[in-house]
Amino acid sequence: MRRRVAVARRPAIIAVLLLFALFGLPALLSLYYIDALTQVAVYSMVAAALGVLAGRVGLISLGQVAVLAVGAWVAARLLFATTQPYPVILVEAGLITMVAGMLIGLPALRLRGLYLALITLMLAGAITVILASLNFPNGGHGFSGYNGALVNIPPIRRPSIASGDPAYYRYSVIIAAIMFLLVLAHIRTRPGRAWAAIRQSEPAALAAGINTTLYKLWALALASFITGVAGGVLAGAVHYLYSIDFPTQNSIILLAVVLMGGVYSLWGAVVAAVLYQFLPALLQNWGVSADWLTILFGIGVLQVLTTAPAGLADQVPKDLAKLGRLLLRLTRRPQPAEPAAAVPTETSGVSGGGGAA
Amino acid sequence: MIEVSGLTVRYGGVTSLDDMSLTFQVGTCGLIGPNGAGKTTFFNVLSGFVRPAAGTVRAFGDDLLAMAHFRRARWGVRRTFQTEQAISELSVFDNVAMVHEHSRLGGSSRRKDVLDAISFVGLDADPDVQVRTLGAGQRRLVEVARAVVGRPKLVLLDEPAAGLPDEETSHLGDVIRRIPEHTQALTILVDHDMSLVSACCETTAVLDFGKLIASGPTAAVLRNDDVIRAYLGVA
Repeated sequence: MRRRVAVARRPAIIAVLLLFALFGLPALLSLYYIDALTQVAVYSMVAAALGVLAGRVGLISLGQVAVLAVGAWVAARLLFATTQPYPVILVEAGLITMVAGMLIGLPALRLRGLYLALITLMLAGAITVILASLNFPNGGHGFSGYNGALVNIPPIRRPSIASGDPAYYRYSVIIAAIMFLLVLAHIRTRPGRAWAAIRQSEPAALAAGINTTLYKLWALALASFITGVAGGVLAGAVHYLYSIDFPTQNSIILLAVVLMGGVYSLWGAVVAAVLYQFLPALLQNWGVSADWLTILFGIGVLQVLTTAPAGLADQVPKDLAKLGRLLLRLTRRPQPAEPAAAVPTETSGVSGGGGAA
Repeated sequence: MIEVSGLTVRYGGVTSLDDMSLTFQVGTCGLIGPNGAGKTTFFNVLSGFVRPAAGTVRAFGDDLLAMAHFRRARWGVRRTFQTEQAISELSVFDNVAMVHEHSRLGGSSRRKDVLDAISFVGLDADPDVQVRTLGAGQRRLVEVARAVVGRPKLVLLDEPAAGLPDEETSHLGDVIRRIPEHTQALTILVDHDMSLVSACCETTAVLDFGKLIASGPTAAVLRNDDVIRAYLGVA
C-alpha cells in the first residue's frame, strides 16, 4: 500500500523538480553555472543513452563521446546549411547519428564485455581522428563546411525562442526531458522486457522467442539517436565546436560516472551528468584543479562496484531513509535504558551506508 | 509426435550425441542418463543453440532444425534451464507475458493466458512482484509458467527439481503431470530424481555417453540391466 502511494506521488515529485530546474535554478544561479547546467542537460541525455546500453542490455560501450561528436557535427553542418527549425535539425541529427551509431555498434551483435568495450573504444578513436582531419563546420562550404578561417567565424545558431543562455538552458532541459520519456517508453514496454532478458541470459531470451539481434540493434539505435540529439543541443550551446572537445578518453570517464550515478535508473543519468559537468565547473570556480576528479571517480567506481551496484541514485535515498529512521528513533526514544542493544547495529548500518554515499 | 533420426553432435573430438534415433509420443516422456550423457545437448539441439553434425528432427510434421532459434519458441518449443533462468529484474507477470508477446498469439488474450499459466503452476505470489524477491522453488515455477503459457507444442524441462526440497518437488511433479492434458504439448523431462521421473513419465529414454541405450515404458526401462549398469557401474 505504501509502495502504491509512493508510485502515485512520483509524477508529482518529478513535475515539481522539473519546474524548479526550469524556473528556479536559472533565477538563483549566475550565467557561469547556467552554462554548466546546460552541459548537464546535454550529458544527462548521453548518460541515459549509455544507461540503456550498459544497464539495460549489458553492452559496455566506450565510444559514446565519439557518437556525441558525430551528432554535434551533423547538427552543426545542417544548422549552417539550412534554415530549418531547430527541433527538425535535432531529429535529423539524431537519425543520421543513429545510422552511424548502429555501424559502430555492429560488433555488439557478436561480442560482449571486455572485447566489445575495446572495439568500441578503438572505433571511437577512429572517429575522433576522422573528425579532427575533417574539422567541425565553421560556416564554410562543401561537405565538411569548414573553410580554415581563424577569424570572423559565425556562431552556430540557436532556436530563435532560446537565443539567450537561460532560455537555451530551459530549451535543453525540455529536450532532455523528452529524451528521458522516450527511454522510459522503451524500458516500460516490450523492448525493455526483451532487454532485461538479454542482459540476464541470451539463451533464456532466445528460448522466450526474442530475436536478440533485432533488440540489440534497437537498443543501439535508440542510444545513438538520443546521443545524436544531445550533440545537436550541444552544438547550439557552445556556438563553436572543435574536435579537441571530444577526446576519446572522455568516453571512459563517462562510463565511470554513469556507473557511479546508477546505470539502472534515469535519476542515475542526471547524477552522472552532474558529476561529469557540474562538479568540474564548481571546482574550477573554486580554483581547484578538475584533475582531482579522476581520482575521485576512480574511488567512486570502486565503491559502486563493491557496495552499491545500482549507484548513487539508488544508494543515497536508501541511506537518507535509514538516517531519517535513526534520527526519528533517537528523538522519540523517551529514556536510553533497555532497547539500547538494538541501537548499535542500526548505527553501524548507517555509518556503513554513509560511507557508501 | 517428434521423430529424431540419426542425430549426432560433436564438440571437437567429443561425440555428445551419437546417432540418436527415437520417437517421442504425445504425453510426458522422461530422458535420463548419467552426467555428461548428452541430455542437455539434446535440449540445446531442439532449442537451436547447438547445430548437429548430422541427423534430422521432425516435430509434428515440421523440420525443427530448419528454423532459426528464436523462431522455434514462436513455433512452440519452450524450455526451462538446468540453472533456473527466470528474469530477476522483471515481475512474475512480465516474465510470463514476455514469452506470450513473442509468440504468434495476439495481445487480446494475453492477460488471461498469462494469469492462467501462473495459476496453473500454483504459484502463490503476487504477479506484480519482482522475480528476484522470490525463493528458488517459486522461481522454478515462474520458469515452468513461461514454458506452458499460450500454446506450446513441445515443453522441455531440464532438471526442474534440482536443488528443491521434497515438498516442492512433489508439487512440481503434480504440475508436470498435468502439462500434456492442460496444453496438449509433448513434454520431455530430464531429471536425476527417479521417483519424479517414474511419477510423471509414461515412457522414458536413457542416454549414456551420447548413445541411446534404452527406451520404452518407464517401469521397464528402470529395471533394464544396461540402465542399472550405466548408472551404478558394473557390479
